[in-house]
Amino acid sequence: MTFTMEQPQTTSESEKSGPTQQTSPRADFLKVTNFNFYYGKKQALFDVNIEIPARQVTAFIGPSGCGKSTLLRNFNRMNELINGVRHEGDILLNGRSIYDKKIEVIALRRSIGMVFQKSNPFPKSIYENIVYSLRISGVRNKATLDETVERSLRGAALWEEAKDRLHESALGLSGGQMQRLCIARAIANQPEILLMDEPCSALDPIATAKVEDLIHELKRQFTIIIVTHNMQQATRCSDQTAFFYLGKLIEFDATQQIFSNPGEKQTEDYITGRFG
Amino acid sequence: MSTSTIEPPDFLDRAITSGSGARAFWSRFLTCVCISLAFLTLIPLLSIIFLLLKNGLPNLSLSALTELPPAAGMVGGGFGNAIVGTLLMVAIGLVLATPFGILSAIYINEYAPASRLSNTVRFVAKLLTGIPSIICGVFAYAVIVLPKTGWLAWIPSGFSAWAGGFALAILILPTILLTAEQALMSVPHAYREASYGLGATNFQTIWRVVLPDGLPAIMTGIMLAVARAAGETAPLIFTALFSQYWIQSFNEPTASLSVLIYNFSTTFDDHQKAMAWTASLVLVILVTVANISAQVIFRKKQ
Repeated sequence: MTFTMEQPQTTSESEKSGPTQQTSPRADFLKVTNFNFYYGKKQALFDVNIEIPARQVTAFIGPSGCGKSTLLRNFNRMNELINGVRHEGDILLNGRSIYDKKIEVIALRRSIGMVFQKSNPFPKSIYENIVYSLRISGVRNKATLDETVERSLRGAALWEEAKDRLHESALGLSGGQMQRLCIARAIANQPEILLMDEPCSALDPIATAKVEDLIHELKRQFTIIIVTHNMQQATRCSDQTAFFYLGKLIEFDATQQIFSNPGEKQTEDYITGRFG
Repeated sequence: MSTSTIEPPDFLDRAITSGSGARAFWSRFLTCVCISLAFLTLIPLLSIIFLLLKNGLPNLSLSALTELPPAAGMVGGGFGNAIVGTLLMVAIGLVLATPFGILSAIYINEYAPASRLSNTVRFVAKLLTGIPSIICGVFAYAVIVLPKTGWLAWIPSGFSAWAGGFALAILILPTILLTAEQALMSVPHAYREASYGLGATNFQTIWRVVLPDGLPAIMTGIMLAVARAAGETAPLIFTALFSQYWIQSFNEPTASLSVLIYNFSTTFDDHQKAMAWTASLVLVILVTVANISAQVIFRKKQ
């Protein structure tokens, strides 16, 4: 949004994808090249290369500690909040590096929404939770704020349940409602990408089903990347699946392909439940 | 019908016999010891309140709260100037110490929790909480009260409300800083993550999310500091001294409840001694009201 819209003619790489951009979403919308990541001395990601297409759902699966969340948190540079981290390689968004010195990390995060494993609404009203991203960018117009609240809550399938209690504390919602509120909050600023870090791991099956339905709806407008431990969830809601193991990207393919006919032995062992 | 059933042992039988055993006796004995000690703890606290009410209440009147202190041998009068002085100097102390305390706490908890500066500030603050209040008084005496020359000459010398407030500020600064740090630390990390994830800056995250959530605990820390400052005598004897009159300017010796209590309780004049009791009662009431109101006003919304 704020920073991705540069004319595609500037680089040779963009020229190639320039014409296709108008007809279908870019296949390499989010591109990770030779990416290594370190927490202090411990290397968490090893030479990851992946191209994530726009307006589709991409699932990251793999056992705990395999680096899938680490990679997810690099897309909006949240990992930089941790002391002593460093990276090598590059992440390109629409052909431009997100580590470009000209890019403000604040603006980057405003155009990439994030939903966390444990729902984390602010201890404020439902209304204030959703308009937070607008308030911090200085929007004061009441009509705009009201409109955003309704659009985001409808987008997160929470409007009917929340419309009569917009000014009550968000902490009074149920667990599933809170997570959908966090999704509403994340899409309020109309980001390009939605990052979901195990969004359903703390939810019951009914709430999980609602969030998964929502993911189907949202992929029309957003590029969604979801980290999940739940294999069924990956098959139900993703178009592509990437399997990570010990910090390496083992396999990345169409979800159907990964789950029906995996190319790697490790992938097969994991999805059939032989380890992990 | 020859099936034999296995009878479960009768657990309740054992439960009944163990009620009279040695273990049950010790259990009851220790419970009694704890209850008695809890009551013993109450005795000194209740005696203080009882003595204050018994000796202080008879002289508590509007004139006691609004008039000037009586000279030895006189009757009537009050300690209105000391109440004003105490409130004023506590307020000066708060105005000086609160911004430093809270902003330092924000720095050491939000901006650079592990930096060398933060660790130093934290360590020094912990040391300072244990410093006797009389040292704060002597320090303020040296910095403010004593005449200064050269580049420090702009600081007004002499006993004054400023000096008293300054001494109290030094005294309460570490308390405010450390409680504010604790308050900020108890704000869930998930709130910060959510805020940064939505593209908020450090300042926006602190101002809109962290501070509002930590505020009740910060205010409680400030009120504890007020309660401590209001009762301190030693720092004020060195800095504000005392005055028989209403305060005219911040640059003159200023009366305070604690110094008045100290002065009057050590005289031979019975009426002044009685006034010291009344002033003590008023001081305790002031501190209690401040404490309770802070807890009521800033109680965390559930």
